[in-house]
Amino acid sequence: MDSFQQTVFKLKQYWADRGCVIQEPYDLEVGAGTMAPETFLRVLGPQPYRVAYVQPSRRPADGRYGENPNRLYKHQQLQVILKPAPEDVIDQYLGSLEAIGIDLRKHDLKFEEDNWESPTLGAWGIGWQVMLDGLEITQFTYFQQCGGIDLDLVPAELTYGLERLVAFLQDKESVYQIEWAPGFSYGDVRLAEEVQHSVFNFELADVDTLWELFRLHEKEAQRLLDLFPKYEPKERFPLLAAYDQVLKLSNLFNLLDARGAISVTERVGVIARVRKLAVGVAQAWVEQQTPASAEVAR
Amino acid sequence: MSGLPFLLEIGTEEIPDWMIQPALANLRELFEGVIAEHSLSGKVSWVDATPRRLVLRADGVLERQPDTEELVLGPPKAAAFKDGKPTGAASGFARKMGVAVEDLRIEATPKGEYLAVTRKVIGRAASEILAEALPQVISRIYFPKTMYWTGKGGPRFIRPIRWLVALLGNEVVPFEFAGVRSDRITSGHRRLGSPCIEVTIDSYEASLRANYVLIRADERRERIKSGARSLAGSAGLRLRPDEALLNTLVYLTEYPTPIVGGFDAKYLDLPAEVLVTVMRHHQRYFSLEDERGNLAPNFIAVMNTNADPEGLVRQGNERVLRARFNDARFFWNFDQQKKLADRVEDLKNVTFQAKLGSYYDKAQRMVELVAELGGDSVAKRAALLAKCDLTTEMVKEFTELQGIVGGLYARVQGEPEAVAQAIYSHYKPESMEDDIPPTAAGQIVSLADKLDTLRGCFAIGLIPSGSKDPFALRRAAQGVVRILAEGEIHFRLPDSGDLGEFFRDRVEYYFREVRGFRYDEVRAAMAAGFADLKDLNARLEALRAVRPTENFEPLAASFKRIKNILRQAQFSGGANLEEALLEAGPERELHDSFVALRTVVQEHRTRKDYRGALEAIASLRPKVDLFFDKVLVNASDPRVRENRLTLLHSLLTEFSGIADFSEIVTA
Repeated sequence: MDSFQQTVFKLKQYWADRGCVIQEPYDLEVGAGTMAPETFLRVLGPQPYRVAYVQPSRRPADGRYGENPNRLYKHQQLQVILKPAPEDVIDQYLGSLEAIGIDLRKHDLKFEEDNWESPTLGAWGIGWQVMLDGLEITQFTYFQQCGGIDLDLVPAELTYGLERLVAFLQDKESVYQIEWAPGFSYGDVRLAEEVQHSVFNFELADVDTLWELFRLHEKEAQRLLDLFPKYEPKERFPLLAAYDQVLKLSNLFNLLDARGAISVTERVGVIARVRKLAVGVAQAWVEQQTPASAEVAR
Repeated sequence: MSGLPFLLEIGTEEIPDWMIQPALANLRELFEGVIAEHSLSGKVSWVDATPRRLVLRADGVLERQPDTEELVLGPPKAAAFKDGKPTGAASGFARKMGVAVEDLRIEATPKGEYLAVTRKVIGRAASEILAEALPQVISRIYFPKTMYWTGKGGPRFIRPIRWLVALLGNEVVPFEFAGVRSDRITSGHRRLGSPCIEVTIDSYEASLRANYVLIRADERRERIKSGARSLAGSAGLRLRPDEALLNTLVYLTEYPTPIVGGFDAKYLDLPAEVLVTVMRHHQRYFSLEDERGNLAPNFIAVMNTNADPEGLVRQGNERVLRARFNDARFFWNFDQQKKLADRVEDLKNVTFQAKLGSYYDKAQRMVELVAELGGDSVAKRAALLAKCDLTTEMVKEFTELQGIVGGLYARVQGEPEAVAQAIYSHYKPESMEDDIPPTAAGQIVSLADKLDTLRGCFAIGLIPSGSKDPFALRRAAQGVVRILAEGEIHFRLPDSGDLGEFFRDRVEYYFREVRGFRYDEVRAAMAAGFADLKDLNARLEALRAVRPTENFEPLAASFKRIKNILRQAQFSGGANLEEALLEAGPERELHDSFVALRTVVQEHRTRKDYRGALEAIASLRPKVDLFFDKVLVNASDPRVRENRLTLLHSLLTEFSGIADFSEIVTA
């Protein structure tokens, strides 16, 4: 039986063998692997790309103080982007399951419709949740739009929920019982983080401070976006830094939401503010990548 | 049948189960269009599908279109001959058409006489025609949400197409779609079959079967059904039938095999509603019950593979179910920390609709509506609490249990049983087959909920159009109609304005499709009003009862005649009848019978004895017949004419209060 980390190694090796860049997790708080620039920005424009990385993903409202065996404030996603999606993408994906020791001839596999959409990112795609013996182990998406822009090349995004997958492989009832490495359980490694962040997210985070931070990051993102049109040479412009501000905003929004600090009337408006900046960055990014096609993209 | 067989298989990645059957019907229609348009004869003999392939077979397709003849007109006769000799124009035309001048003939047309020749058009090969048409057919199959995958601007389909089989007789019909060339190579089951199988039309089905694809949906259905039944039987249990789930599983699998699994009986102390929802909606399992109808701690899962010899699939499914049930238990316990009654304020944070406010606002409006509907304190309490379960973890996780969870929580939190019942059932009826809420309080809360949604949405212009009905207003209105028609509540439906028109359609649909009244009866009765559905119901039943009696339809025909006469005369009443102007005989008799009947009919109507009233009206028939036989309405004296029209108008108005007989379609 492989440990959690061993399974991660195998998946990374498998995708490295198929031409993927193996990236490290993005070093800001994100809600999903999709939000890391390695996905959100790289899927835009005409350049082919292949990448795989583990992305710790924070969902403040999902925290359960470490008490629920299946629900986590922060879970680990293995994110794979194949741009453009090869014709045999599903076979390659099935191969990755075999690579981590799942004998597919002995198991039941179904592809059930599940389309993905992120209003905050102006992004959506078509796909499935992949069910193995009744367990959702992967979200499989053909991206269609990102930042409100139709994509030139259609990427396949594979998102493996690592905790679930490994709990299945190790036959554990609780994610905290997963063996992370020999001698260390998932609980040993992560329980304190789950407990403390749940306390922060639900009880102690200061709402006024969060709003203040939200406004500051929003202002900085907008300031940068306003500078872009006149800035030359375009390729030096720090859109990646502007996007970091958007990621901060998204996480602050989630924290405020978990804290119950966003009223009904505000909610739609706040999402629209984040979306406007995310879409702004995406459009500027396309222009920066492909100056000639910028007018078309608009 | 002469002609050739044709087979098309569109090989795809997994198509959403619920889209497959409509897509097949559409494919059939599109292909029939092609063979009809090109006179290829033949007919579609079979369509079928699995998640990974849409299949169409046709038989009797002509190898070539029949040859046809075409008339080609040349120069006018006047320009073609000079002094009886053909001119240059004539010989030029003959040369162009490849015939001798002597073979040209004269054709008379509306524009004059022209030279003409009949040319034979050789039919094109079917293979060539199909090769052109099939890419169109494929791209035009309708799916609710499509994607592109070959790059921006590329072709769209529901999921990527990975192979195409197109055979006419033994030959491949050559074409290309989305970069895929048609061939004679299909693909088997993803894990159990070969990815490359050469087929002929005759070997197609058997080749797929050998590669673990049961192409016929009926066979998969039967395999699931009989397998599940026998597994249940061996466990001494009964399968709870679930046609919708069965259909989903048929189109989620290529080689379905049911297995039985179990769960710890300790979970049975969670409400059965929760357990069944987890199994059905989230895991797609069939539930089982013991001989007394109690939920058993077992389930049937349907695999997309041939067997589970080591029990790994069973164990995996049991493990997932256990985790789900643990979640449900966690939610249940967590939710009890805050009673429903303490959650009313929390509803301010749940949006109902941007312009219509939060669920808190909705709950307040529902309480007021309950009062308007004559509800008591039970109904008011239930209305106040009905939406509170939207803030619970259980409903956030299992949204389809909204209402039900509220009812269950109300019960354990000590609310009166009648309140719990009303909350539990207030989303009912959720479909045409579903029951209405069983108690009066439940009916009132359900009505208040639906009427509030309808009034609110119509007020801000969210009116359903075509297939767009995001707030499910049609279902809400249908629910209102059913509760008012079948339940214990008396309330007048809105019958004017946009909402009135919307309800008119629902009412008509309900009495026709659900209650089985004939459409002309429904229109006739509704023309006399539809705000009071119980009254409408009573009138319709009377109408149905009286219709077969001998006087009724002829009288209805006469009423239609009266209506036409009045319309032609542009007469809309107003004058008083002058008895002195009535002519002795049929006119006077009709008048006297009418006056006598009027009182009788009124009495019947007051007692809601609509049948008695209709029978009385029908008895007027001989007098009406005689009147039309002997009396000329269009009398030369305008006063007499006016008086006769007045008589007919009174008759029509007086007797149309139960139903407008002129709407009845008579033989």
